[in-house]
Amino acid sequence: MKVLALDTSTMIASCAVLEEDQVLGEYSLNQSKTHSENLVPMVKEVLDNLGLKIEEIDIYGVAVGPGSFTGLRIGVATVKAFAHIFNKPVIGISTLEALAYNLPYNETIVPMIDARRDRVYTGIYTWYNDTTKTIMEPTVLDINELLDMLEAYDEVVVNGNGSTLHRETIKSRLKDKVRFSTMGNNFCRALSVAELTLKKYRDGYADNFYSLVPEYLRESQAQRDLKKKEQR
Amino acid sequence: MLTLAIETSCDETSAAVIKDGREVLSNIISSQIDIHRKFGGVVPEVASRKHIETINQIVQEALDSANVTFKDIDLIGVTQGPGLVGALLIGISTAKALAYALGLPLVGVNHIEGHVCANYIEFKDLEPPFTCLIVSGGHTYLIQANGYTDYEIVGRTRDDAAGEAFDKVARALGLPYPGGPVIDKLAQNGNKKAIDFPRAMLEADSYDFSFSGLKTAVLNYLNQQKQKGEEIIVEDVAASFQQAVLDVLVDKSFRLAKERKMDKIVLAGGVAANQGLRTMMEERGKKEGIKIFYPSRILCTDNAAMIGSAAYFNYREGKISDLYLNVEPNLDLS
Ligand SMILES: [Zn+2]
Repeated sequence: MKVLALDTSTMIASCAVLEEDQVLGEYSLNQSKTHSENLVPMVKEVLDNLGLKIEEIDIYGVAVGPGSFTGLRIGVATVKAFAHIFNKPVIGISTLEALAYNLPYNETIVPMIDARRDRVYTGIYTWYNDTTKTIMEPTVLDINELLDMLEAYDEVVVNGNGSTLHRETIKSRLKDKVRFSTMGNNFCRALSVAELTLKKYRDGYADNFYSLVPEYLRESQAQRDLKKKEQR
Repeated sequence: MLTLAIETSCDETSAAVIKDGREVLSNIISSQIDIHRKFGGVVPEVASRKHIETINQIVQEALDSANVTFKDIDLIGVTQGPGLVGALLIGISTAKALAYALGLPLVGVNHIEGHVCANYIEFKDLEPPFTCLIVSGGHTYLIQANGYTDYEIVGRTRDDAAGEAFDKVARALGLPYPGGPVIDKLAQNGNKKAIDFPRAMLEADSYDFSFSGLKTAVLNYLNQQKQKGEEIIVEDVAASFQQAVLDVLVDKSFRLAKERKMDKIVLAGGVAANQGLRTMMEERGKKEGIKIFYPSRILCTDNAAMIGSAAYFNYREGKISDLYLNVEPNLDLS
């Protein structure tokens, strides 16, 4: 069973291939070229180097968000097309759950993705039964609101670009109760998406390439404005 | 040769299967117009979200109604630009994944070139060279098509696109979005000589266009009438405004065709569906001995069939993209 997974939720483009419980390859790039330009060549390079044909992939996984709206759509559109052509299962994985999965600790795990203007996409997770367990579902919060919430906890592990961006604020509020991730576990990597994809698939879960869409967590500005207008 | 083409540059999700650049086996168009109407125009983020929701369904429908599968396809064509960046990205991401996974050549197509190529689908014997007027909500170009992929831009708008002027005037008249077709319809029952709006011909030798002055003149007229408490006859405003636009478009098109000794003028783009424009072009064409071509209405809208046609002609001339193809939201004709 071979899994190909992509994560394009943030500035980092990541592609991983997994076979059963073995990593075959992972390729992650944090650079200024856009995902749309690079993503398919990246997939090609990983598979070519592994001597694999894309037809040999059995399941596709993709980080569906939250994250950059545009980035998410590039990853999701790409994976949907692959699954469509070969009529293979595709599974959408929460970007925050995949980030939390980087950290198999018993403490409170809090991934954070920058949502601009001092807000972060975040959730609360812990490690239980060899996998990530969701304590608080993904949401978007002001960083200070989140920290108010986290002050009640004894030990917190954080990762993601939101935790890097707000490092000083987090440190000053949570003091020695907080630990920051190492660099290797700090970014949205496709390997975690691939592992979660395989787990969910084994649990009998699958999405459909027709209906799979990103989980934005936020409506577009125009939709919010329209709602406000209609409420008046 | 079968081309599978995808178009997502604005608010239509479309996929088509085209044979040899001229024959439409399928052309599926899913319009988002009802969604954007409540916003009074196309909202880019809303459009992108809708594209990714429907793209695979549309591609499958295109294959099904052409009675083919992915295995039968020889070429992938996709709109590269111009258009809304987020919307274009859905089509490009899908097309690149298809081209790679199916091992097929990929051609990124200029959307405006696609509009021209709609005519190759409509008229199986049409061949360049010809003079071509491209008018839509986003573009106004007067070009000389010297070959299937060889265009010389002779004139372009210096401000608003012709279709944009229609939309803005329609909004001022309190008409629903999109304004072009509504104005065209109203104009048929109005007096086109009722109000004397300006025709911006610009410099004597210029093939460029300018519609912002005309738009302002219409707005001024409406405000004056309101101030005076006088009745505004919407049909007459629509007819007089439309005539002012068409006079300029038609005049410059014929001037260029005659200068280049062309016996064909081709219309392309959304405004090529305008009945007033079609009629006026044909009447003048009869007088001047110039044949007028324009696509059927469905091919005037944004659709993937025209992109498939353009992809085919580019492929035939060796203009092929690689897997690094990216969107070009501000792509120009060249
Ligand atoms: Zn168009």
